Amino acid sequence: MKYVDEYRDGKLARAIAETIRAEADPAKTYHFMEFCGGHTHAISRYGLEDLLPANVRMIHGPGCPVCVLPIGRIDEALELAKNPRVTLLTYADLMRVPGSKGRSLLKAKAEGCDIRMIYSTLDAIRIAEENPDREVVFFAIGFETTTPPTALALKTAEKKGLTNFSVFCNHVLTPSAIRAILEAPATGKLPPVKIQGFIGPAHVSVVIGSKPYETFVEEFGQRIVVSGFEPLDVMQSVLMLVRQVNEGRAAVENQYIRAVVPEGNVAAQKLCDDVFDLRDRFEWRGLGYIDNSALKLRDEYARFDAEKRFAVTRIHASDNPACECGVILIGAKQPADCKLFGTVCTPETPMGSCMVSSEGACAAHWTYGRFRDKAKNQDERRRAS
Amino acid sequence: MNAPNEPRLRHRKMDVKSGRVDLSHGSGGRAMAQLIAEIFHEAFANEYLAQGNDQATFAAPAPTGGRMVMTTDGYVVSPIFFPGGDIGSLAVHGTINDVAMGGARPVALSASFIIEEGFPLADLQRIARSMGEAARDAGVPIVTGDTKVVERGKADGVFISTAGIGVVADGLELGGHLARPGDKVVVSGSIGDHGVAIMSSRENLTFDTAILSDSAALHRLTEVMIAAAGPSLKLMRDPTRGGLAATLNEVANQSGVGIRIEEDAIPIKAEVAAACEFLGLDPLNVANEGKLIAVVDPGAAEAIVAAMRAHPLGRDAAVIGEVIEDDQRFVQMTTAFGGGRIVDWLSGEQLPRIC
Repeated sequence: MKYVDEYRDGKLARAIAETIRAEADPAKTYHFMEFCGGHTHAISRYGLEDLLPANVRMIHGPGCPVCVLPIGRIDEALELAKNPRVTLLTYADLMRVPGSKGRSLLKAKAEGCDIRMIYSTLDAIRIAEENPDREVVFFAIGFETTTPPTALALKTAEKKGLTNFSVFCNHVLTPSAIRAILEAPATGKLPPVKIQGFIGPAHVSVVIGSKPYETFVEEFGQRIVVSGFEPLDVMQSVLMLVRQVNEGRAAVENQYIRAVVPEGNVAAQKLCDDVFDLRDRFEWRGLGYIDNSALKLRDEYARFDAEKRFAVTRIHASDNPACECGVILIGAKQPADCKLFGTVCTPETPMGSCMVSSEGACAAHWTYGRFRDKAKNQDERRRAS
Repeated sequence: MNAPNEPRLRHRKMDVKSGRVDLSHGSGGRAMAQLIAEIFHEAFANEYLAQGNDQATFAAPAPTGGRMVMTTDGYVVSPIFFPGGDIGSLAVHGTINDVAMGGARPVALSASFIIEEGFPLADLQRIARSMGEAARDAGVPIVTGDTKVVERGKADGVFISTAGIGVVADGLELGGHLARPGDKVVVSGSIGDHGVAIMSSRENLTFDTAILSDSAALHRLTEVMIAAAGPSLKLMRDPTRGGLAATLNEVANQSGVGIRIEEDAIPIKAEVAAACEFLGLDPLNVANEGKLIAVVDPGAAEAIVAAMRAHPLGRDAAVIGEVIEDDQRFVQMTTAFGGGRIVDWLSGEQLPRIC
């Protein structure tokens, strides 16, 4: 496959792995967080753990849009879907996310709610046009990557004069989440995590650029390497981070130069600014309430705002107390550390959100990496005895 | 109807009292295995069902003697007509294949139609003719049938259910439980063609691709394989819904072994790989309708692959891995990238990722 295989070349990967091994100081342990679920997925799917030396550890961050969506928002969407006039549209992997009491959109669909999966926001517009007697609500989620398509749908709906289309907006902002993790030791809101560098988002950075990360260097002395989602991208970015650590530098570097420029996609940013406004605060699963971390529709677009149109009441629902998604999302624990992992919590019956999307830390480990657990446990037992 | 008993899973029982069937119960993954185990196996329990294969093998009653296989299958594909086939030819091929995977020579088929009120007669004729042609090409007649019409909205166009019977040559023992460490795993050709062809023609997802469904009757290929490998052939399976991943996991579970495959060795067409790439799907989970996997004694692997390659439906046959010892019964893959990963069952419907 042209333009893809080049970034999955095993020979090159082994060469980079050799360089990392040679340059990583055996006396040090390197902790890097890949923020995005896309990177988590690539690391697990291609088995990168096997290529990295043992003292370079990857921490799976919270950048999986499905994972950070609080249960309450799922419950609110389920309430919306119950309205017999409503057709609820959503991206696929949201369908299985459990709300409270084990309910999910997939189950609500089986019970008769009109819930449909779409691939593109423009499908949402088409469905609204074709079904003028239905209230078509798009359940919008995602980071800056999926925000411009939602903005485009709203602009299109406005231009077409659609009166039966609205958006249940859950778009969230990457830099706010990174800030919450970095401020954790100071605020005490989250357990501190030892991170010496971030593998920075790929697609998100295509939209927002690499500039927004510079403040993390200035304020926190952090290292960020913006990285593509292909496995070779990740390997190269890890090497770049190792070098920054070894050289005692902290900087924003861009590995993903084929797609990311410092300013990002200015047209997409403008589109989003036209339509969206900052929320004062928003709840993130695992991270709690974070100020200025999410978007809502501007007042000019209030008629397209499902929350206003259907007077959605806020629902706050707590996670299963045994579920460790919260600390796993910020990398303070590993999936296999959770008592629920692989016992009652599997991708078929997810208790926590990290098990739902293939980008979630738990699902990725379950689906691709859990064969390592047994050997790891045996090693640990041996060391302990 | 196979419901692997997977020791590594400690899942919760289904909530039969208030739960409902959802789409994940029909997608060939673990949810479906659980549904089959807890609803059907529980109710039907018998030694034939317990074989856990796509067909049951049983001794034909006297005075006929010998062994027979029987299988049944339902077809609800949407769209009904797709690049490379239609629901009719698919029903014939799929049923023949389930019989053939048991090592049997297919003898006869049945077909039952559930038709929605308002369905165009021309479409029905086109489907019937396509079935007739597929059956004649395969040399396996459709010898009995049934027709039901339901009110508009009670079905989606047309559903077809079939049955197939066949006879097994004396001395041939095949079964999902027979894989042993050291055995080689063979695939008959490129994977994922059918699933991608179907997706490319779905209403909300139309994209241009030259990929045709691989829908084909495999009984002549299996005949060649049986002749080439003899008793070294342990089992055959067609990786339909759930794809190669589900089939290999079924085998690992039934035989109580692990399987290690090499990503580089798995034949995948570039167009299929590309479509899966932008849809966020894994080709290992995508359905096939004209491919099979076989597990074979290592000494016979070369001979069977050579024999398969000499047949038009096995031209791209390849050894993709081997059976290993593993009490956890994992299917593992060495990625083209050099790392290791699990190849797991699909959890519910294969859903595209968001970004």
